[in-house]
Amino acid sequence: MRANSAKALVLPLAVLVAFEVWARATHLQSDSLAPPSEIVMALFGAFADLSILAATRDTLFSAFAGLAIGTTIGLAFGIAFGISDTLDRLMEVTVEAIRPIPSIALLPIALIALGFGYRMEIVIVAFACVWPVLILSRAAVRSIEPRLMEIARALRLPPAQRVWKIIIPAALPRIFVAFRLSAGIALIVAVTVEIAINPLGLGAGIMLAQQALRPDLMLAYLVWIGAIGYALNILLVVAQNRLFGRAALSGDGA
Amino acid sequence: MNRAALLWRVASFAVAAGFVALWQLIANLKLVSPVFLPGPDRAWASLVRGFSSGDLWSKLAGTLEHMAYGWLAASIAGIAIGAIIGSSRRMRTYVAPSLEFLRPLPVSAIIPVAIAMLGLTQAMALFVIAFGAIWPIMLATIHGFAAVEPRLYEVARSLQMSRLAVIFKIALPSASPDILAGMRLSLTVALILSVVCEILAGLDGLGHWVLLSARAFRSADLFAGVILLGVTGYVTSVAMSLAEHRLLAWQAAQR
Repeated sequence: MRANSAKALVLPLAVLVAFEVWARATHLQSDSLAPPSEIVMALFGAFADLSILAATRDTLFSAFAGLAIGTTIGLAFGIAFGISDTLDRLMEVTVEAIRPIPSIALLPIALIALGFGYRMEIVIVAFACVWPVLILSRAAVRSIEPRLMEIARALRLPPAQRVWKIIIPAALPRIFVAFRLSAGIALIVAVTVEIAINPLGLGAGIMLAQQALRPDLMLAYLVWIGAIGYALNILLVVAQNRLFGRAALSGDGA
Repeated sequence: MNRAALLWRVASFAVAAGFVALWQLIANLKLVSPVFLPGPDRAWASLVRGFSSGDLWSKLAGTLEHMAYGWLAASIAGIAIGAIIGSSRRMRTYVAPSLEFLRPLPVSAIIPVAIAMLGLTQAMALFVIAFGAIWPIMLATIHGFAAVEPRLYEVARSLQMSRLAVIFKIALPSASPDILAGMRLSLTVALILSVVCEILAGLDGLGHWVLLSARAFRSADLFAGVILLGVTGYVTSVAMSLAEHRLLAWQAAQR
């Protein structure tokens, strides 16, 4: 295992060293590329003046707020559709009509309705996060062991308790998988909205660095955004394994 | 489709029509300012006007063109690179981890880099779309190649097939469900990135159209554009499902 992870590092390190040497040897002057050493220096600089941390906070705040709203809505509908076949069939056309709208297409609508800032970004992130949660939680509720539902019926649990005591605990591992997918989407959508239009957060930071012809800073932002995406993914995978272990695997398509 | 399913379908359409009527009601009563929310009648009128004057056709064609070129380039490159990496154990241990590391990167973050390199051009948009769409396809190909039934490789070895023959006759067909699933995911990515690039670079397409409409507060045109983007997403994904079904029919028959 250790030998394999060492092998995995060979390629990225070789690329970095080759790039550094090439940039030094040719005295690279470019608006789009910078040697790795300068990227690292720019990253430290952005940390030192706290600009990148403030941008990270803005992006993560929008992403998580949108994620929370989107997950709640998706979960509510997903559970409702999972429990009631009638409701699911009646809403099918409506859901299938709204779902394929690319989240980013809502950007201009959110822009004229809410203006620049956190709110429009949160709305777009929330829209994007609803669908994976809705679809996977609906499937999770449907696949609950039927005997559990029989017990709920035999105990005459009222609907609210049935959801809270039987359905959510039984479907939770797969709901968490959906949450993990949505969290990745939330970060992607937040950064995309910022790059496209919203003067806020990491996406705006990287655009600004590009416009200021600071390739080192731009690539530093790129590396940092990648690191956050990677860290978020690892964190959620670890949380999933810790909390649910093998139980979550059944719902994990990846 | 049997009779009950058909009835459900009709009822479901009726519910959707009810929501549209509700939307019309809200717009008519001006519960939300018409600057933000045009009624479905106005959005529809704008769609009809846009199509009869040819404006929307050219925007739609622009977006579809960006999407198709980027996605096709990503599919060809993704399958090729994925096949090279997936068919060699050495490449898998050395290269695949780096790719997995790059996967959670929000691909739109590559846009500023692409703009710095290529400017606000068509080439930039194609690069970004292809770069974003290649990941699901490439990773699916690698995964599909790794998951090929090992006995098939043994058969290939005993038949002394060349590496190319193994790829085309064994690995690609058996990995095709994974690859097609990756291509379907990429289709959505390609559409989203097309819209973003059009917004940023002012390229001719629906993304640019909706942004201009928003800037001018022409909300009916804006909604017409968004509806059309939704239709595009829907039609492309249905077409992909049909293609998947057709292409994988031989596998379903095998099981």
